[in-house]
Amino acid sequence: MAEPQPLLRAIDVHKKFGDVEVLKGIDIDVQKGEVLAIIGSSGSGKTTFLRCINLLEEFHQGEIQVDGERIGYTAGSHKRLGEAAIAAQRARIGMVFQSFNLFPHMTAEQNVTLGLIKVQGRRKEEAVEIARRWLDRVGLAERRDHYPYQLSGGQQQRVAIARAVSMEPKLVLFDEVTSALDPELVSEVLAVMQDLAKSGMTMLVVSHEMSFVRAVATRVVFMEAGRIAEEGPPAELFARPKSERLAAFLGRFHGLAH
Amino acid sequence: MTYQFNFDPIFRSFDKMLAGLWLGLWLAALSLAIGCVIGLLVAYGRQSRIAPLRWALVTYVEVIRNCPILLLIFFVYFGLPELGIFFLDKIDSFILTLSVYAGAYLSEVFRSGLTSIPVRYVEAAKAIGLRPWQRQRYVVLPVMFRITLPALANNLISLFKDTSLAAAIAIPELTFITRQINANTFRVMESWLTASVLYLVTCYAIAWALRRVERRYAVIR
Ligand SMILES: Nc1ncnc2c1ncn2[C@@H]1O[C@H](COP(=O)(O)OP(=O)(O)O)[C@@H](O)[C@H]1O
Ligand SMILES: [Mg+2]
Repeated sequence: MAEPQPLLRAIDVHKKFGDVEVLKGIDIDVQKGEVLAIIGSSGSGKTTFLRCINLLEEFHQGEIQVDGERIGYTAGSHKRLGEAAIAAQRARIGMVFQSFNLFPHMTAEQNVTLGLIKVQGRRKEEAVEIARRWLDRVGLAERRDHYPYQLSGGQQQRVAIARAVSMEPKLVLFDEVTSALDPELVSEVLAVMQDLAKSGMTMLVVSHEMSFVRAVATRVVFMEAGRIAEEGPPAELFARPKSERLAAFLGRFHGLAH
Repeated sequence: MTYQFNFDPIFRSFDKMLAGLWLGLWLAALSLAIGCVIGLLVAYGRQSRIAPLRWALVTYVEVIRNCPILLLIFFVYFGLPELGIFFLDKIDSFILTLSVYAGAYLSEVFRSGLTSIPVRYVEAAKAIGLRPWQRQRYVVLPVMFRITLPALANNLISLFKDTSLAAAIAIPELTFITRQINANTFRVMESWLTASVLYLVTCYAIAWALRRVERRYAVIR
């Protein structure tokens, strides 16, 4: 049976920082509508892999395609694309960071409209309408004129999510988006992500929230020292880890997962 | 011997003093504006990959910062015509000097401002697909201006005080006017006291107003 063309395809992606190879050949296909959770201990390369997908890091070997289009380089040859072409590719990939990274000098609404207006070339009124719709959807209609410093961490992160998804990217990358939050603020952000997942958005989610992963992910990959060590549906992976390493890793979350 | 204060002759010329003060403010504001443009260009230029450009800009900054400003004023006003540059009148010449002077200092302000901008804002700007110049225009520069606002305010006040040096080439700003009034009325204490109070009040007023602006724009807390 022929698989449809994957939305994201990584082929043998290698990444070095200096002499240290932190990605040692990542191969993965992600289908449209999938919610792929990436788990693994700190330093295993999860963040680096996400950052390679939208070219915040350059990788020196391998290839990444989004919707059939090669990221960062011209198809065939290994010639790096120009900045404008790279920017256009990034605009079709959303990213939500661990530390929110809202533009500090802009209100919640302005954070969302900036890309809609300057990248997508929408009229201001239209952009504002889209921004308000999304801020409403993440529960922040009342806070749209607030600056980041006036918002709690959870609220900032929800604005950051609205900023990423309002541009209707093909794929959204979430890098430990609840790790910087106070525990009582985690659930409001996870609820938004669960809502997005249900709506059919294609998501790559690096997370240590195992109960969220179990409930929301369609597939889980376990990364270990720059490689994908194990993958499968969450129920299977969590119930019957094949490797010692994964079992040990999951053991650390025991009791937290429920 | 007691000095008999008599401010009447001063107050008769008070409108002239105010005009001088106003001129000084204009000279400072214009120089700050032009200096900001120069400073920004130099700050970006010093990040350039072209080494000779970087060296040239460092030389500019170091020469200006290590020269007395009065000397620069004389050099531009008396020296440039010797080199065949005649088109500058007194005021243009002074604005040019003060702008070039301010530019050197402001380039350092902006340079540290640019390096102090957290990378994560730039990465967020990249992630939404802004092109390089858009990232500068909509994220880096606005954040940098907010970070450097207190330093810009201090520079404006310094520049305003430096405009008194324009008296040396007979530009009718407050110090020059005061010297004239002093010469005409012989009210030494009264003229210089009045001028000092005017400088003091103006500097305080600028500082106060700019602190309000700073508070308004202080979005990184
Ligand atoms: N900019 C960098 N320079 C050098 N080493 C880095 C850099 N970023 C990450 N690393 C290293 O790469 C490895 C993988 O990091 P990362 O992708 O952040 O892991 P994870 O997100 O799984 O915790 C770590 O050993 C980390 O120290
Ligand atoms: Mg990480």
